[in-house]
Amino acid sequence: MSERISENQVNHVAQLAKLKLEADQLPYFTEQLDKIIGMFETLSKVDTEGVEPTTSVSDQLNTMREDIADNWNQRAELLDNAPDAENGYIKVPAIIDESGDNE
Amino acid sequence: MNYFDQSLSSIHEKLVNKEITSEELTKQTLANIADVDKDINAFINVDEEGAVKHAQAVDEAGIDADNLLSGMPIALKDNLVTKGFTTTAASKMLADFKPIYNATVVDKLANLNAINVGKTNMDEFAMGGSTENSAFKITHNPWDTTKVPGGSSGGSAAAVAAGEVIAALGSDTGGSIRQPASFNGVVGMKPTYGRVSRWGLIAFGSSLDQIGPITRNVEDNATLLNAIAGHDEHDMTSSDKEVPDFTANLNAGVKGMKIGIPSEFMAAGIDDAVKQTVLDAAETYKKLGATVEEVSLPNTEYGVAAYYIISSSEASSNLQRFDGIRYGYRAEGVKNLEDLYVKSRSEGFGDEVKRRIMLGTFSLSAGFYDAYFKKAAQVRTLMINDFTNVFKDYDLILAPTAPTPAYGIGEDVSDPMTMYMNDVLTLPVNLAGLPGMSIPAGFADGLPVGVQLIGKPFDEATIYQAGNAFEQATDFHKQTPKMGGNN
Repeated sequence: MSERISENQVNHVAQLAKLKLEADQLPYFTEQLDKIIGMFETLSKVDTEGVEPTTSVSDQLNTMREDIADNWNQRAELLDNAPDAENGYIKVPAIIDESGDNE
Repeated sequence: MNYFDQSLSSIHEKLVNKEITSEELTKQTLANIADVDKDINAFINVDEEGAVKHAQAVDEAGIDADNLLSGMPIALKDNLVTKGFTTTAASKMLADFKPIYNATVVDKLANLNAINVGKTNMDEFAMGGSTENSAFKITHNPWDTTKVPGGSSGGSAAAVAAGEVIAALGSDTGGSIRQPASFNGVVGMKPTYGRVSRWGLIAFGSSLDQIGPITRNVEDNATLLNAIAGHDEHDMTSSDKEVPDFTANLNAGVKGMKIGIPSEFMAAGIDDAVKQTVLDAAETYKKLGATVEEVSLPNTEYGVAAYYIISSSEASSNLQRFDGIRYGYRAEGVKNLEDLYVKSRSEGFGDEVKRRIMLGTFSLSAGFYDAYFKKAAQVRTLMINDFTNVFKDYDLILAPTAPTPAYGIGEDVSDPMTMYMNDVLTLPVNLAGLPGMSIPAGFADGLPVGVQLIGKPFDEATIYQAGNAFEQATDFHKQTPKMGGNN
């Protein structure tokens, strides 16, 4: 039985990440994530009062370049990697569900 | 040809003296790969046609006597994009992906006329430490083919160790160059964050990732870092600091150098043989005139938690781009756009990648951000402060690279917690953005053991200097695997 994260929460996180877990995968992922989150919680022992977080160790901040338009003329090559394309455009399934039944 | 008794300069000499052409060398390399890789599985794709064509062009133009990489066959980890040549990051998601540009490091090597012979296996999207998480194949350790080669740059390290190529590039987010270098008995450098452009490296953890060389010896490694280092306008985190010649002080020795061994890196959980290897290396350094003392990095024990929160958070963001629309795997039989995203990602990513995406999404989500991501970023600051304090008094840190020598294939792969703890000795270096290099320093039960030299930011030169001094005083780097075991 997981203590820190429930199967419902794992399902919710998967949904946010645009992933779907099969029913038989859910207990397996829940148990593993629970253990790992338990390890994450060791950080609560560290006194970080007043400590600035570090999100980057780079000292190169806000390097700007000239704003020059450049058409790389690589449309055909880009489309070669698209799973489906037609008339120079990437093709995707319909976004709008026209049936009205959410199916 | 295998590369067991070769260095970049010895092969270069043969090319310059016309004892061999780049085309012959490249063809022999390809034949060697075809022969050896049946047992090792270091390569995902070999570029036979492209490599031979490039080599012929180099021969035609003439080998450049001042450029050690001229006409030299080299392998690339398969998360470095190569124009027109399949780049998969060892994922089903990118199984058929042909990039439309070269990574900056790939261009730099190509401009020096190094020959790309192919792309090496790795853990999917560089997530893992054993190269068992590849969607395509498991790479075997040349010293004992029942053992893992480490990861995630396991293919690159195994290819060099098996004598398939003289050198390869890897990438290191939490130890992915140094740990496989240790497991395979080769030299692997993770340069300072910002030393090498990450443009064209398929991103995992953007504040941690760095590209670096894997070679048979320290001098070759320094030569290769010379070739790939430097500012790049395409990567604003790449540093504009001057790049020194990393080979210039290789023979300056370690006399008077102060080296610290962190007590926390020699604590419980580290294999006795690994500890002894570090102590023996310390003795060698003392004999060579360095001072070696115990130091402390008190926040080391929190590194694994901080690292996995930060790297997974960055991964969850970086991997959102894989949506089945513009490139990469697209699932069949979907009902609508949402379905296309979810099915493509669920079918295209392996379990370890899914686990990290979910951990990252969780750590960044409302209600958990302060307790996890922000806390980890604060602990990262404390860990950086620990290193800064030590480097006030010491030139280098000496430590084990990995807690154990290479372990058995299949041994840990289903237990992510054990796998994550294996990175405890390498990932502090990434969190602090420091340079670190693993060099061969001993053997345990016939398997190589590496030690790690960690330096001040942008001070790779001192690491190379100390690495070379150790290499000159020992012969671990000269030993080669009897392919398949019985070493």
